[in-house]
Amino acid sequence: MSGSELQLVGVSKTYPSPGWGRDEVAALTDVSLDVVRGQSLGIVGESGSGKSTLARLLLALEQPSAGRVLFRDEQISGRAERDLRLFRRSVQIVFQDPMSSLDPRMKIHDILAEPLRALGVEVDEAERVRSLLESVELPPSAAKRCAFQFSGGQRQRIAIARALGPSPSVLIADEAVSALDVSVRAQILNLLSSLVTDFDLTLVFISHDMAVIRHLCDAVAVLYRGSIVETGLTSDVFRSPREAYTQELLAAIPRIRAGRGRD
Amino acid sequence: MALLKLQSLSVAHGDLDLVSDVSFDVHAGERVGIIGESGSGKSLTALAIAGLLGEELRSRGSVHFDGEELIGASERHLSRLRGDRIAMIFQEPMTALTPTKRVGVQIGETLRIHRGVGRRASQIAAVELLGRVEFSDPQRYARMYPHELSGGQRQRVMIALAIAGDPDLILADEPTTALDVTVQRKILELLDRLVREENCALVLIAHDLAVVSTICDRVVTMYGGRVVETGSVADIIDHPRHPYTAALLATSSAIAVDVESRGTVLPSIPGSVPSAGHFPGGCPFRDRCSSATSACLEFPLMESGSHRVACWHPLDENSERGSR
Repeated sequence: MSGSELQLVGVSKTYPSPGWGRDEVAALTDVSLDVVRGQSLGIVGESGSGKSTLARLLLALEQPSAGRVLFRDEQISGRAERDLRLFRRSVQIVFQDPMSSLDPRMKIHDILAEPLRALGVEVDEAERVRSLLESVELPPSAAKRCAFQFSGGQRQRIAIARALGPSPSVLIADEAVSALDVSVRAQILNLLSSLVTDFDLTLVFISHDMAVIRHLCDAVAVLYRGSIVETGLTSDVFRSPREAYTQELLAAIPRIRAGRGRD
Repeated sequence: MALLKLQSLSVAHGDLDLVSDVSFDVHAGERVGIIGESGSGKSLTALAIAGLLGEELRSRGSVHFDGEELIGASERHLSRLRGDRIAMIFQEPMTALTPTKRVGVQIGETLRIHRGVGRRASQIAAVELLGRVEFSDPQRYARMYPHELSGGQRQRVMIALAIAGDPDLILADEPTTALDVTVQRKILELLDRLVREENCALVLIAHDLAVVSTICDRVVTMYGGRVVETGSVADIIDHPRHPYTAALLATSSAIAVDVESRGTVLPSIPGSVPSAGHFPGGCPFRDRCSSATSACLEFPLMESGSHRVACWHPLDENSERGSR
Protein backbone atom coordinates (compact mmCIF):
# COMPACT_ATOMS: atom_id res chain seq x y z
CA MET A 1 0.00 0.00 0.00
CA SER A 2 1.51 3.31 -0.95
CA GLY A 3 0.82 6.67 0.64
CA SER A 4 2.91 8.96 2.75
CA GLU A 5 4.59 8.14 6.00
CA LEU A 6 6.12 11.58 6.43
CA GLN A 7 5.64 14.81 4.53
CA LEU A 8 7.18 18.23 4.67
CA VAL A 9 4.90 20.87 3.19
CA GLY A 10 6.57 24.20 2.42
CA VAL A 11 8.83 23.92 5.43
CA SER A 12 11.28 26.65 6.35
CA LYS A 13 13.52 26.77 9.35
CA THR A 14 15.42 29.81 10.52
CA TYR A 15 17.69 30.20 13.51
CA PRO A 16 18.61 33.40 15.31
CA SER A 17 21.87 34.77 13.99
CA PRO A 18 24.91 33.97 16.11
CA GLY A 19 25.97 37.60 15.73
CA TRP A 20 24.30 40.53 17.45
CA GLY A 21 21.54 42.42 15.68
CA ARG A 22 21.97 40.60 12.40
CA ASP A 23 19.39 38.82 10.29
CA GLU A 24 18.25 35.32 10.98
CA VAL A 25 20.02 32.39 9.38
CA ALA A 26 17.87 30.28 7.07
CA ALA A 27 18.72 26.57 7.44
CA LEU A 28 15.88 25.37 5.20
CA THR A 29 13.79 27.34 2.75
CA ASP A 30 10.40 26.19 1.47
CA VAL A 31 11.17 22.48 1.44
CA SER A 32 8.47 20.03 0.38
CA LEU A 33 9.23 16.35 0.60
CA ASP A 34 7.19 13.18 0.49
CA VAL A 35 8.47 10.07 2.26
CA VAL A 36 6.46 7.38 0.50
CA ARG A 37 5.53 4.26 2.48
CA GLY A 38 7.81 1.33 1.68
CA GLN A 39 10.28 3.48 -0.22
CA SER A 40 13.92 4.09 0.61
CA LEU A 41 14.59 7.79 0.20
CA GLY A 42 18.10 9.20 0.14
CA ILE A 43 18.75 12.79 1.13
CA VAL A 44 22.13 13.97 -0.07
CA GLY A 45 23.89 17.24 0.61
CA GLU A 46 27.18 18.74 1.65
CA SER A 47 27.93 20.43 4.95
CA GLY A 48 25.64 23.39 5.57
CA SER A 49 23.01 22.08 3.16
CA GLY A 50 20.45 21.64 5.93
CA LYS A 51 20.55 17.82 6.17
CA SER A 52 20.69 17.70 9.95
CA THR A 53 17.96 20.30 10.36
CA LEU A 54 15.79 18.26 8.01
CA ALA A 55 16.38 15.14 10.11
CA ARG A 56 15.41 16.96 13.31
CA LEU A 57 12.22 18.25 11.70
CA LEU A 58 11.28 14.77 10.43
CA LEU A 59 11.76 13.50 14.00
CA ALA A 60 9.71 16.38 15.45
CA LEU A 61 12.68 17.33 17.61
CA GLU A 62 12.33 20.83 16.23
CA GLN A 63 9.45 22.93 15.02
CA PRO A 64 9.42 24.48 11.55
CA SER A 65 9.45 28.28 11.34
CA ALA A 66 6.94 28.00 8.50
CA GLY A 67 5.11 25.15 6.81
CA ARG A 68 3.90 21.84 8.18
CA VAL A 69 5.25 18.38 9.00
CA LEU A 70 2.79 15.50 8.54
CA PHE A 71 2.87 11.89 9.73
CA ARG A 72 0.42 9.63 7.92
CA ASP A 73 -1.44 12.72 6.70
CA GLU A 74 -1.80 14.19 10.18
CA GLN A 75 0.03 17.29 11.24
CA ILE A 76 2.65 16.67 13.92
CA SER A 77 4.38 20.04 13.91
CA GLY A 78 3.12 22.24 16.71
CA ARG A 79 1.49 19.34 18.58
CA ALA A 80 2.05 18.58 22.26
CA GLU A 81 4.42 15.74 23.11
CA ARG A 82 1.58 13.66 24.61
CA ASP A 83 -0.13 13.59 21.19
CA LEU A 84 2.98 12.11 19.56
CA ARG A 85 3.10 8.67 21.20
CA LEU A 86 2.29 6.67 18.06
CA PHE A 87 4.65 8.88 16.05
CA ARG A 88 7.51 8.38 18.53
CA ARG A 89 7.17 4.61 18.31
CA SER A 90 6.84 4.61 14.55
CA VAL A 91 9.76 6.83 13.59
CA GLN A 92 13.20 5.88 14.87
CA ILE A 93 16.72 7.09 14.16
CA VAL A 94 20.26 5.76 13.82
CA PHE A 95 23.01 8.35 14.20
CA GLN A 96 26.44 8.64 12.59
CA ASP A 97 28.74 7.93 15.45
CA PRO A 98 27.95 4.83 17.50
CA MET A 99 30.84 5.73 19.80
CA SER A 100 28.99 8.77 21.09
CA SER A 101 25.35 7.75 20.59
CA LEU A 102 25.64 4.79 22.98
CA ASP A 103 26.55 5.15 26.66
CA PRO A 104 29.83 3.19 26.80
CA ARG A 105 29.23 1.79 30.28
CA MET A 106 25.63 0.76 29.82
CA LYS A 107 24.75 -2.92 29.40
CA ILE A 108 23.47 -3.74 25.91
CA HIS A 109 20.32 -5.21 27.47
CA ASP A 110 19.51 -1.82 29.01
CA ILE A 111 20.43 0.10 25.87
CA LEU A 112 17.89 -1.98 23.94
CA ALA A 113 15.24 -2.10 26.69
CA GLU A 114 15.29 1.60 27.56
CA PRO A 115 13.30 2.87 24.58
CA LEU A 116 10.76 0.05 25.08
CA ARG A 117 10.16 1.19 28.66
CA ALA A 118 10.14 4.88 27.79
CA LEU A 119 7.63 4.40 24.99
CA GLY A 120 5.50 1.98 27.02
CA VAL A 121 5.92 -0.92 24.60
CA GLU A 122 4.53 -3.97 26.39
CA VAL A 123 6.71 -6.95 25.57
CA ASP A 124 8.74 -9.67 27.26
CA GLU A 125 11.91 -7.61 27.61
CA ALA A 126 14.46 -10.45 27.63
CA GLU A 127 12.81 -12.14 24.67
CA ARG A 128 12.58 -8.88 22.74
CA VAL A 129 16.26 -8.05 23.39
CA ARG A 130 17.28 -11.53 22.21
CA SER A 131 15.33 -11.22 18.97
CA LEU A 132 16.61 -7.69 18.34
CA LEU A 133 20.20 -8.90 18.72
CA GLU A 134 19.45 -11.77 16.39
CA SER A 135 18.06 -9.46 13.73
CA VAL A 136 21.33 -7.48 13.71
CA GLU A 137 23.35 -10.72 13.72
CA LEU A 138 24.78 -10.41 17.23
CA PRO A 139 24.82 -13.34 19.69
CA PRO A 140 22.41 -13.34 22.68
CA SER A 141 25.44 -13.15 25.00
CA ALA A 142 26.03 -9.58 23.77
CA ALA A 143 23.18 -8.42 26.04
CA LYS A 144 25.31 -8.84 29.15
CA ARG A 145 28.24 -6.82 27.88
CA CYS A 146 28.82 -3.06 27.82
CA ALA A 147 28.94 -0.85 24.74
CA PHE A 148 32.65 -0.04 25.10
CA GLN A 149 33.49 -3.72 24.59
CA PHE A 150 32.29 -3.62 20.99
CA SER A 151 33.92 -2.40 17.78
CA GLY A 152 32.53 0.51 15.77
CA GLY A 153 30.66 -1.78 13.38
CA GLN A 154 29.18 -3.85 16.22
CA ARG A 155 28.09 -0.69 18.01
CA GLN A 156 26.32 0.47 14.89
CA ARG A 157 24.51 -2.90 14.87
CA ILE A 158 23.47 -2.23 18.47
CA ALA A 159 22.27 1.28 17.54
CA ILE A 160 20.20 -0.24 14.73
CA ALA A 161 18.76 -2.86 17.11
CA ARG A 162 17.80 -0.11 19.55
CA ALA A 163 16.02 1.77 16.78
CA LEU A 164 14.12 -1.38 15.74
CA GLY A 165 12.97 -2.03 19.33
CA PRO A 166 9.64 -0.20 19.23
CA SER A 167 8.81 -1.83 15.82
CA PRO A 168 8.97 1.41 13.85
CA SER A 169 7.63 1.75 10.33
CA VAL A 170 10.14 4.47 9.45
CA LEU A 171 13.87 4.32 10.07
CA ILE A 172 15.85 7.53 9.69
CA ALA A 173 19.59 7.02 9.29
CA ASP A 174 21.74 10.13 9.62
CA GLU A 175 25.20 9.44 8.12
CA ALA A 176 24.85 5.98 9.66
CA VAL A 177 27.81 4.40 7.85
CA SER A 178 30.05 7.45 7.44
CA ALA A 179 32.25 6.81 10.47
CA LEU A 180 32.85 3.14 9.68
CA ASP A 181 35.88 1.51 8.13
CA VAL A 182 35.45 0.57 4.47
CA SER A 183 35.55 -3.17 5.19
CA VAL A 184 32.81 -2.86 7.82
CA ARG A 185 30.64 -0.38 5.93
CA ALA A 186 29.57 -3.01 3.38
CA GLN A 187 28.43 -5.34 6.20
CA ILE A 188 26.23 -2.62 7.73
CA LEU A 189 24.80 -1.66 4.32
CA ASN A 190 23.96 -5.30 3.61
CA LEU A 191 22.31 -5.53 7.04
CA LEU A 192 20.27 -2.35 6.46
CA SER A 193 19.11 -3.64 3.06
CA SER A 194 17.87 -6.90 4.49
CA LEU A 195 16.21 -5.24 7.50
CA VAL A 196 14.33 -2.85 5.22
CA THR A 197 12.93 -5.88 3.38
CA ASP A 198 12.34 -8.14 6.41
CA PHE A 199 10.63 -5.49 8.55
CA ASP A 200 8.91 -3.68 5.69
CA LEU A 201 10.62 -0.44 6.68
CA THR A 202 10.43 2.94 5.07
CA LEU A 203 13.98 4.26 5.08
CA VAL A 204 15.17 7.86 5.08
CA PHE A 205 18.89 7.70 4.51
CA ILE A 206 20.64 11.03 5.01
CA SER A 207 24.21 11.17 3.76
CA HIS A 208 26.89 13.13 1.97
CA ASP A 209 27.85 9.94 0.15
CA MET A 210 26.22 9.64 -3.27
CA ALA A 211 27.57 6.13 -3.90
CA VAL A 212 25.95 4.74 -0.76
CA ILE A 213 22.65 6.42 -1.60
CA ARG A 214 22.69 4.97 -5.10
CA HIS A 215 23.21 1.51 -3.63
CA LEU A 216 20.56 1.74 -0.95
CA CYS A 217 17.77 4.04 -2.10
CA ASP A 218 14.86 4.02 -4.55
CA ALA A 219 14.62 7.80 -4.68
CA VAL A 220 16.88 10.71 -3.88
CA ALA A 221 16.47 14.36 -2.95
CA VAL A 222 19.47 16.65 -3.45
CA LEU A 223 19.75 19.38 -0.85
CA TYR A 224 21.77 22.51 -1.53
CA ARG A 225 21.93 25.54 0.76
CA GLY A 226 18.64 24.73 2.44
CA SER A 227 16.62 23.94 -0.68
CA ILE A 228 15.86 20.77 -2.56
CA VAL A 229 17.35 21.33 -6.01
CA GLU A 230 16.56 17.96 -7.55
CA THR A 231 14.49 14.95 -6.69
CA GLY A 232 13.67 11.74 -8.51
CA LEU A 233 14.27 8.03 -8.73
CA THR A 234 17.91 7.16 -8.05
CA SER A 235 18.10 5.30 -11.36
CA ASP A 236 17.17 8.51 -13.22
CA VAL A 237 19.06 11.07 -11.15
CA PHE A 238 22.36 9.16 -11.21
CA ARG A 239 22.16 8.34 -14.91
CA SER A 240 21.05 11.77 -16.09
CA PRO A 241 21.14 14.46 -13.43
CA ARG A 242 19.21 17.53 -14.55
CA GLU A 243 20.54 20.19 -12.21
CA ALA A 244 24.00 21.71 -12.53
CA TYR A 245 24.66 21.21 -8.83
CA THR A 246 23.83 17.49 -8.95
CA GLN A 247 26.08 17.14 -11.99
CA GLU A 248 28.89 18.92 -10.17
CA LEU A 249 28.45 16.73 -7.10
CA LEU A 250 28.57 13.54 -9.16
CA ALA A 251 31.56 14.70 -11.18
CA ALA A 252 33.53 15.64 -8.05
CA ILE A 253 33.50 12.15 -6.56
CA PRO A 254 36.93 10.54 -7.03
CA ARG A 255 36.89 7.33 -9.05
CA ILE A 256 39.23 4.39 -8.66
CA ARG A 257 41.59 4.65 -11.61
CA ALA A 258 44.37 2.34 -12.69
CA GLY A 259 46.94 5.09 -12.86
CA ARG A 260 47.46 8.81 -13.11
CA GLY A 261 46.91 10.15 -16.61
CA ARG A 262 45.13 6.99 -17.71
CA ASP A 263 41.41 6.36 -17.65
CA MET B 1 68.66 6.83 -5.34
CA ALA B 2 65.66 7.08 -3.09
CA LEU B 3 64.91 10.43 -1.46
CA LEU B 4 63.32 8.63 1.48
CA LYS B 5 64.14 5.07 2.47
CA LEU B 6 62.35 3.30 5.32
CA GLN B 7 63.98 0.10 6.49
CA SER B 8 62.38 -2.08 9.15
CA LEU B 9 60.73 0.93 10.77
CA SER B 10 58.82 0.02 13.91
CA VAL B 11 56.90 2.24 16.30
CA ALA B 12 56.25 0.95 19.80
CA HIS B 13 54.21 2.06 22.79
CA GLY B 14 55.95 0.32 25.67
CA ASP B 15 56.28 -3.33 24.63
CA LEU B 16 53.54 -3.09 22.04
CA ASP B 17 54.54 -2.60 18.40
CA LEU B 18 51.96 -0.42 16.66
CA VAL B 19 53.98 -0.32 13.45
CA SER B 20 56.19 -3.31 12.60
CA ASP B 21 59.00 -3.67 10.17
CA VAL B 22 57.86 -1.14 7.57
CA SER B 23 60.12 -0.76 4.55
CA PHE B 24 59.53 1.25 1.39
CA ASP B 25 61.22 3.89 -0.73
CA VAL B 26 60.05 7.23 -2.07
CA HIS B 27 62.00 8.71 -4.95
CA ALA B 28 62.41 12.40 -5.68
CA GLY B 29 59.22 13.76 -7.23
CA GLU B 30 57.36 10.49 -6.69
CA ARG B 31 53.87 10.26 -5.18
CA VAL B 32 53.24 7.34 -2.87
CA GLY B 33 49.83 6.67 -1.34
CA ILE B 34 49.49 4.73 1.89
CA ILE B 35 46.11 3.05 2.18
CA GLY B 36 44.60 1.16 5.07
CA GLU B 37 41.82 1.33 7.61
CA SER B 38 41.88 2.69 11.16
CA GLY B 39 44.62 1.10 13.23
CA SER B 40 46.71 0.12 10.20
CA GLY B 41 49.58 2.32 11.39
CA LYS B 42 49.64 4.65 8.38
CA SER B 43 49.49 7.91 10.37
CA LEU B 44 52.11 6.70 12.85
CA THR B 45 54.39 5.86 9.94
CA ALA B 46 54.08 9.43 8.66
CA LEU B 47 54.66 10.89 12.12
CA ALA B 48 57.73 8.66 12.56
CA ILE B 49 59.15 9.95 9.26
CA ALA B 50 58.66 13.54 10.42
CA GLY B 51 60.01 12.81 13.91
CA LEU B 52 56.72 13.88 15.49
CA LEU B 53 55.85 10.78 17.50
CA GLY B 54 55.89 12.46 20.90
CA GLU B 55 57.10 11.20 24.26
CA GLU B 56 55.05 8.02 24.58
CA LEU B 57 56.15 6.37 21.36
CA ARG B 58 59.52 5.02 20.29
CA SER B 59 60.70 4.31 16.77
CA ARG B 60 63.30 1.73 15.74
CA GLY B 61 64.82 0.81 12.41
CA SER B 62 65.83 3.33 9.83
CA VAL B 63 64.38 6.44 8.20
CA HIS B 64 66.93 7.58 5.65
CA PHE B 65 66.20 10.97 4.11
CA ASP B 66 68.47 12.21 1.34
CA GLY B 67 71.45 10.32 2.71
CA GLU B 68 71.01 11.05 6.42
CA GLU B 69 69.52 8.98 9.20
CA LEU B 70 66.60 10.66 10.96
CA ILE B 71 66.00 8.15 13.74
CA GLY B 72 68.06 9.36 16.65
CA ALA B 73 68.68 12.78 15.07
CA SER B 74 68.44 15.75 17.45
CA GLU B 75 65.09 17.49 17.85
CA ARG B 76 66.75 20.73 16.82
CA HIS B 77 67.92 19.21 13.56
CA LEU B 78 64.57 17.55 12.87
CA SER B 79 62.71 20.76 13.54
CA ARG B 80 64.90 22.57 11.02
CA LEU B 81 64.35 19.79 8.49
CA ARG B 82 60.56 19.86 8.96
CA GLY B 83 60.21 23.39 7.73
CA ASP B 84 62.96 23.35 5.11
CA ARG B 85 62.68 19.99 3.44
CA ILE B 86 59.81 17.96 4.86
CA ALA B 87 56.35 19.49 5.21
CA MET B 88 53.24 18.00 6.76
CA ILE B 89 49.56 18.53 6.01
CA PHE B 90 47.01 17.18 8.48
CA GLN B 91 43.34 16.25 8.24
CA GLU B 92 42.17 19.07 10.49
CA PRO B 93 44.04 22.28 9.67
CA MET B 94 42.42 24.14 12.58
CA THR B 95 44.61 22.21 15.01
CA ALA B 96 47.75 22.93 13.01
CA LEU B 97 47.22 26.67 12.55
CA THR B 98 47.74 29.21 15.31
CA PRO B 99 44.24 30.56 16.06
CA THR B 100 45.39 34.00 17.25
CA LYS B 101 47.56 34.91 14.27
CA ARG B 102 46.47 36.24 10.90
CA VAL B 103 47.21 33.68 8.19
CA GLY B 104 49.50 36.06 6.30
CA VAL B 105 51.59 36.51 9.45
CA GLN B 106 51.85 32.74 9.99
CA ILE B 107 53.01 32.12 6.44
CA GLY B 108 55.39 35.09 6.70
CA GLU B 109 57.00 33.62 9.84
CA THR B 110 57.62 30.32 8.09
CA LEU B 111 59.25 32.18 5.21
CA ARG B 112 61.48 34.21 7.55
CA ILE B 113 62.59 31.17 9.55
CA HIS B 114 63.11 28.75 6.70
CA ARG B 115 64.02 30.94 3.77
CA GLY B 116 65.71 33.76 5.62
CA VAL B 117 63.74 36.54 3.94
CA GLY B 118 63.15 39.88 5.65
CA ARG B 119 59.93 41.05 7.31
CA ARG B 120 58.62 43.19 4.44
CA ALA B 121 59.59 40.66 1.79
CA SER B 122 58.01 37.81 3.77
CA GLN B 123 54.65 39.61 3.86
CA ILE B 124 54.71 40.14 0.13
CA ALA B 125 55.72 36.51 -0.44
CA ALA B 126 52.96 35.30 1.90
CA VAL B 127 50.33 37.09 -0.18
CA GLU B 128 51.86 35.63 -3.29
CA LEU B 129 51.67 32.14 -1.79
CA LEU B 130 48.00 32.64 -0.93
CA GLY B 131 47.48 33.52 -4.58
CA ARG B 132 49.20 30.31 -5.61
CA VAL B 133 46.78 28.27 -3.51
CA GLU B 134 43.99 30.01 -5.40
CA PHE B 135 42.64 32.65 -3.05
CA SER B 136 41.02 35.13 -5.39
CA ASP B 137 41.77 38.12 -3.13
CA PRO B 138 44.97 37.06 -1.33
CA GLN B 139 45.56 40.52 0.21
CA ARG B 140 42.28 40.33 2.04
CA TYR B 141 42.67 36.69 3.15
CA ALA B 142 46.20 37.37 4.46
CA ARG B 143 44.59 39.60 7.11
CA MET B 144 42.10 36.97 8.25
CA TYR B 145 42.28 34.64 11.22
CA PRO B 146 41.91 30.86 10.77
CA HIS B 147 38.44 30.80 12.37
CA GLU B 148 37.15 33.20 9.72
CA LEU B 149 37.90 30.67 6.99
CA SER B 150 35.99 27.60 5.80
CA GLY B 151 37.49 24.12 6.13
CA GLY B 152 38.59 24.09 2.50
CA GLN B 153 40.15 27.56 2.79
CA ARG B 154 42.04 26.52 5.91
CA GLN B 155 43.38 23.47 4.10
CA ARG B 156 44.61 25.77 1.32
CA VAL B 157 46.41 27.87 3.93
CA MET B 158 48.00 24.64 5.24
CA ILE B 159 49.18 23.82 1.72
CA ALA B 160 50.60 27.34 1.35
CA LEU B 161 52.49 26.84 4.62
CA ALA B 162 53.70 23.44 3.42
CA ILE B 163 55.19 24.82 0.20
CA ALA B 164 56.51 27.99 1.88
CA GLY B 165 59.71 26.21 2.94
CA ASP B 166 60.26 24.81 -0.57
CA PRO B 167 60.18 21.19 0.64
CA ASP B 168 61.45 18.06 -1.11
CA LEU B 169 58.81 15.93 0.54
CA ILE B 170 55.22 16.62 1.60
CA LEU B 171 53.53 14.22 4.02
CA ALA B 172 49.76 14.64 3.75
CA ASP B 173 47.63 12.71 6.27
CA GLU B 174 43.99 12.44 5.09
CA PRO B 175 44.12 16.05 3.83
CA THR B 176 40.65 15.93 2.26
CA THR B 177 38.78 13.48 4.50
CA ALA B 178 36.96 16.16 6.48
CA LEU B 179 35.96 18.14 3.38
CA ASP B 180 32.91 18.07 1.11
CA VAL B 181 33.47 16.25 -2.18
CA THR B 182 33.30 19.39 -4.30
CA VAL B 183 35.93 21.01 -2.06
CA GLN B 184 37.94 17.79 -1.92
CA ARG B 185 38.20 17.77 -5.67
CA LYS B 186 39.60 21.31 -5.76
CA ILE B 187 42.12 20.56 -3.00
CA LEU B 188 43.32 17.40 -4.75
CA GLU B 189 43.72 19.27 -8.03
CA LEU B 190 45.64 22.00 -6.23
CA LEU B 191 47.90 19.52 -4.45
CA ASP B 192 48.49 17.67 -7.71
CA ARG B 193 49.48 20.88 -9.52
CA LEU B 194 51.73 22.26 -6.76
CA VAL B 195 53.55 18.97 -6.21
CA ARG B 196 54.28 18.92 -9.92
CA GLU B 197 55.34 22.58 -10.07
CA GLU B 198 57.55 22.31 -6.98
CA ASN B 199 58.85 18.92 -8.16
CA CYS B 200 58.59 17.54 -4.65
CA ALA B 201 57.71 14.04 -3.50
CA LEU B 202 54.37 13.30 -1.85
CA VAL B 203 53.37 10.69 0.69
CA LEU B 204 49.57 10.76 0.79
CA ILE B 205 47.76 8.87 3.51
CA ALA B 206 44.14 8.08 2.76
CA HIS B 207 41.59 5.42 3.59
CA ASP B 208 39.93 6.15 0.24
CA LEU B 209 41.50 4.13 -2.58
CA ALA B 210 39.88 6.40 -5.16
CA VAL B 211 41.66 9.46 -3.75
CA VAL B 212 45.02 7.68 -3.82
CA SER B 213 44.48 6.30 -7.32
CA THR B 214 43.73 9.73 -8.79
CA ILE B 215 46.86 11.45 -7.48
CA CYS B 216 49.58 8.85 -6.72
CA ASP B 217 52.09 6.78 -8.71
CA ARG B 218 52.51 3.99 -6.19
CA VAL B 219 50.49 2.44 -3.40
CA VAL B 220 51.53 0.96 -0.08
CA THR B 221 48.80 -1.11 1.60
CA MET B 222 49.04 -1.35 5.38
CA TYR B 223 47.10 -3.54 7.77
CA GLY B 224 47.70 -4.11 11.47
CA GLY B 225 50.85 -1.97 11.49
CA ARG B 226 52.50 -3.82 8.62
CA VAL B 227 53.03 -3.25 4.94
CA VAL B 228 51.22 -6.11 3.23
CA GLU B 229 51.56 -5.02 -0.40
CA THR B 230 53.19 -2.36 -2.50
CA GLY B 231 53.19 -1.66 -6.21
CA SER B 232 52.30 0.86 -8.90
CA VAL B 233 48.73 2.16 -8.86
CA ALA B 234 48.04 0.07 -11.96
CA ASP B 235 49.50 -3.08 -10.30
CA ILE B 236 47.41 -2.60 -7.20
CA ILE B 237 44.15 -1.65 -8.91
CA ASP B 238 44.30 -4.17 -11.77
CA HIS B 239 46.15 -7.04 -10.11
CA PRO B 240 46.01 -6.88 -6.32
CA ARG B 241 47.86 -9.85 -4.86
CA HIS B 242 47.24 -9.59 -1.14
CA PRO B 243 43.79 -10.87 -0.14
CA TYR B 244 43.29 -7.75 2.01
CA THR B 245 44.06 -5.33 -0.84
CA ALA B 246 41.81 -7.37 -3.12
CA ALA B 247 38.96 -7.36 -0.60
CA LEU B 248 39.32 -3.63 0.05
CA LEU B 249 39.24 -3.00 -3.68
CA ALA B 250 36.25 -5.28 -4.21
CA THR B 251 34.17 -3.59 -1.53
CA SER B 252 35.22 -0.06 -2.61
CA SER B 253 34.46 -0.79 -6.26
CA ALA B 254 31.07 -2.29 -5.46
CA ILE B 255 29.81 0.82 -3.65
CA ALA B 256 30.75 3.27 -6.36
CA VAL B 257 28.74 6.11 -7.76
CA ASP B 258 28.90 4.80 -11.34
CA VAL B 259 27.83 1.30 -10.38
CA GLU B 260 24.21 0.17 -10.38
CA SER B 261 24.42 -2.11 -7.34
CA ARG B 262 20.89 -1.62 -5.98
CA GLY B 263 19.50 -4.87 -4.63
CA THR B 264 22.81 -6.72 -4.69
CA VAL B 265 24.68 -8.02 -1.67
CA LEU B 266 27.93 -6.09 -1.35
CA PRO B 267 31.19 -8.00 -0.97
CA SER B 268 32.48 -7.37 2.53
CA ILE B 269 35.29 -8.49 4.78
CA PRO B 270 34.14 -10.62 7.73
CA GLY B 271 34.77 -9.39 11.25
CA SER B 272 36.12 -5.96 12.06
CA VAL B 273 39.43 -4.18 12.33
CA PRO B 274 40.78 -5.07 15.79
CA SER B 275 41.96 -2.31 18.10
CA ALA B 276 45.69 -1.79 18.66
CA GLY B 277 47.28 -4.75 20.39
CA HIS B 278 44.48 -7.14 19.40
CA PHE B 279 45.66 -8.10 15.92
CA PRO B 280 46.64 -11.78 15.70
CA GLY B 281 50.34 -12.64 15.57
CA GLY B 282 51.91 -13.64 12.29
CA CYS B 283 49.90 -12.19 9.43
CA PRO B 284 47.62 -9.60 11.10
CA PHE B 285 44.87 -10.29 8.53
CA ARG B 286 44.77 -14.06 8.97
CA ASP B 287 41.64 -14.28 11.12
CA ARG B 288 39.62 -12.33 8.53
CA CYS B 289 41.16 -14.04 5.51
CA SER B 290 39.53 -16.91 3.64
CA SER B 291 42.90 -18.15 2.32
CA ALA B 292 44.54 -18.41 5.75
CA THR B 293 46.34 -21.61 6.75
CA SER B 294 48.73 -22.57 9.55
CA ALA B 295 51.56 -21.03 7.50
CA CYS B 296 50.05 -17.62 8.28
CA LEU B 297 51.08 -17.94 11.94
CA GLU B 298 54.41 -16.57 10.68
CA PHE B 299 54.51 -13.19 8.99
CA PRO B 300 55.80 -13.87 5.47
CA LEU B 301 58.86 -12.15 4.11
CA MET B 302 58.21 -9.54 1.47
CA GLU B 303 59.37 -10.57 -1.99
CA SER B 304 61.61 -8.23 -3.90
CA GLY B 305 60.61 -6.36 -7.06
CA SER B 306 58.41 -3.39 -7.84
CA HIS B 307 55.14 -5.19 -7.01
CA ARG B 308 55.70 -6.86 -3.66
CA VAL B 309 53.36 -8.76 -1.42
CA ALA B 310 53.71 -10.21 2.07
CA CYS B 311 51.43 -13.23 1.86
CA TRP B 312 51.83 -17.02 1.92
CA HIS B 313 48.88 -17.40 -0.43
CA PRO B 314 48.98 -14.42 -2.77
CA LEU B 315 46.46 -14.10 -5.56
CA ASP B 316 47.61 -14.88 -9.06
CA GLU B 317 49.39 -11.92 -10.61
CA ASN B 318 47.86 -12.59 -13.99
CA SER B 319 44.29 -12.59 -12.80
CA GLU B 320 42.19 -9.46 -13.11
CA ARG B 321 41.03 -7.77 -9.93
CA GLY B 322 42.23 -10.59 -7.72
CA SER B 323 39.96 -13.35 -9.03
CA ARG B 324 41.56 -16.74 -8.57
